[in-house]
Amino acid sequence: MSGKELRCYEDLPPSPVTHDSSLVFKTGSWRTMRPVISKEKCKLCGFCWKFCPDVSIFEDSEGYPAVDYDYCKGCGICANECPFDAITMLEEDAI
Amino acid sequence: MIEIRFHGRGGQGSVIGAQLLAEAAFREGKFVQAFPYFGVERRGAPVSAFTRISTTPILTRTNIYTPDHVVVLDPTLVEFVNITEGLREGGWVIVNTRKSPDALGIAGHSNIATVDATGIARSHGLGSKAAPIVNTSILGAVARATSVVGLDSLLAAIREKVPSRREENAAAAKDAYEALMTGGAL
Amino acid sequence: MKLVLSGNEAAAYGAMLARAEVISAYPITPQTKIVEKIADLIADGRFKTEFIKVESEHSAMAACISASLVGARTFTATSSQGLLLMHEMLHWASGSRTPVVMVNINRAVAPPWSVWADQTDSIAQRDTGWIQYYCESCQEVVDTIMQAYRVCEDPRVLLPAMLSEDAFFLSHTSEIVDLPPQEELDAFLGTYEPDVRLDIDNPRSFGSLSMPHQWYPEFRYKIQEGMEHAVEAIERVDREYGSLFGRSYGGLLDLYRCEDADTVIVAAGSMCSTIRAAIEELRSEGVKVGMARIRVFRPFPTEAFRALAKDVRSLVVLDRSFSMGSEGAFFSEVKAALYPLSDRPDVRGFAVGIGGRDITIETIRSIITDSLRPDTGITAQKWVGLRRCEE
Repeated sequence: MSGKELRCYEDLPPSPVTHDSSLVFKTGSWRTMRPVISKEKCKLCGFCWKFCPDVSIFEDSEGYPAVDYDYCKGCGICANECPFDAITMLEEDAI
Repeated sequence: MIEIRFHGRGGQGSVIGAQLLAEAAFREGKFVQAFPYFGVERRGAPVSAFTRISTTPILTRTNIYTPDHVVVLDPTLVEFVNITEGLREGGWVIVNTRKSPDALGIAGHSNIATVDATGIARSHGLGSKAAPIVNTSILGAVARATSVVGLDSLLAAIREKVPSRREENAAAAKDAYEALMTGGAL
Repeated sequence: MKLVLSGNEAAAYGAMLARAEVISAYPITPQTKIVEKIADLIADGRFKTEFIKVESEHSAMAACISASLVGARTFTATSSQGLLLMHEMLHWASGSRTPVVMVNINRAVAPPWSVWADQTDSIAQRDTGWIQYYCESCQEVVDTIMQAYRVCEDPRVLLPAMLSEDAFFLSHTSEIVDLPPQEELDAFLGTYEPDVRLDIDNPRSFGSLSMPHQWYPEFRYKIQEGMEHAVEAIERVDREYGSLFGRSYGGLLDLYRCEDADTVIVAAGSMCSTIRAAIEELRSEGVKVGMARIRVFRPFPTEAFRALAKDVRSLVVLDRSFSMGSEGAFFSEVKAALYPLSDRPDVRGFAVGIGGRDITIETIRSIITDSLRPDTGITAQKWVGLRRCEE
């Protein structure tokens, strides 16, 4: 609900509108489990990209899916949906 | 203020008829008000509509209970609806029927006029064969019998406001103006 | 230009004259003619607007809110069950501070089914943060649509407004309406230019989450502040409109023959015309009666009622709605407004015209006769004309 520092009532706009887009809210720090994609097992089906609820899968320079760790919350849906077991969830503090 | 109550059935044009009469009086510089009282909004269901015409602004926004004149678009309603309820002394009852005023059997009111608005509407191709639209025809008769509006203003209102077949509607009103039958002399 | 228009047609012309840029509406009896007439005006090339077809009233309001966030002047219309279906989005419109203008045809709420006049539908929306106007004539519908956009788009107000017209007694009543010249209305209204808008080149998040420790009460209080500014804006815009176009309506509370009145009738909507006629009759018989027409119910004309109460012996409040388990909202709120005064007039309440039952001059006269009886101590609201067995 911010972007710029809001200190008091008088700083608020009339309606609940942020000063910036949601891109400034980096939610990667919420993650306790990290999805890691194996390029050897990946068949480029795109399921992870389609199912990711946070739009955190992008295409890397080789055309493989990759995870944007700035925003990925580690929900694991991509790993669950991958038909080829190409995505492994690793504990963040073990990395 | 003159108050006119229309009785008809859904689809015959009573509501538009009441509006057209108001439009005609508006063209004569009068204050006007027209509105319907629907039961169910279905073709064939009894409908009433009201027109008020006045030389001063109209304040009352209620149904009309003591009309100066009554217009009946469907003769079969005479059996089911008390069309003369509250009618003021000396007011006109104008009925769409082929019958003569005396044959209608409406007791207690001498100012009865009839016109075959259905026949006139059919002859001008207004509505369908099963459901002729008789409002513009009967308005010609209303203008003739009551003089609440002149024929010219009525024809002008019809030519400007009727959604389709404007000339045919105007011709029908004119025919009905000529063909009106009254119980006494006009 | 003078035309004979129904209340529904007046609403469509009002939207056109205000140059509403986006319209989304779903047809419902007795509002349907508004949507049809707008479609006609668009088809005839007279009204340049984007009409968004939707599958429900809920979606119609959602479309209006989004279009308003983009910066478009938006319009919609509904009635009764449709307004109730919109309820969730009504809160969203005021919370987003989108100046959507809506015409609501006051129609009874089912069951039993009824398409006739009753103000329960809009009164039930009183806590949604919408400005509420109640119109008395087709002319007032056009004029109030213009005024409402000016008020709603005022940066200190920024709230949506609904204008209510009674079913049939206004929606389907054709009468003479004077449409002001377009250029003069354009100059009066200007264009809507919000400071913040939905813009793909400058992305922001709208309607985001607020935790209890963050800003929720503050944003709600801002709506209340907007309403407080609306009191002044409604009065000012009505006066300005009057000076430009020769018609004004008393701002929030429209007083009629109250100067020397002992008894003042409080009411809203189409019945007020008939009340004026009844007052003329009663005055000619020596009864000193006037009327305070609630033109605006939200924000409530609290100060105007307090000022009026100083010189009046009794207020007779007529509600065309009822809050089950309590009483009519007008009755409650008038009494609440007067509570801080040490010297208060007697306030009596009547529920009348429920479900479109006709309110005639005779109805008003009988209410006045009833309220003039010396048996004070009547505090409960009376239902007028219930068809009980003869006692």
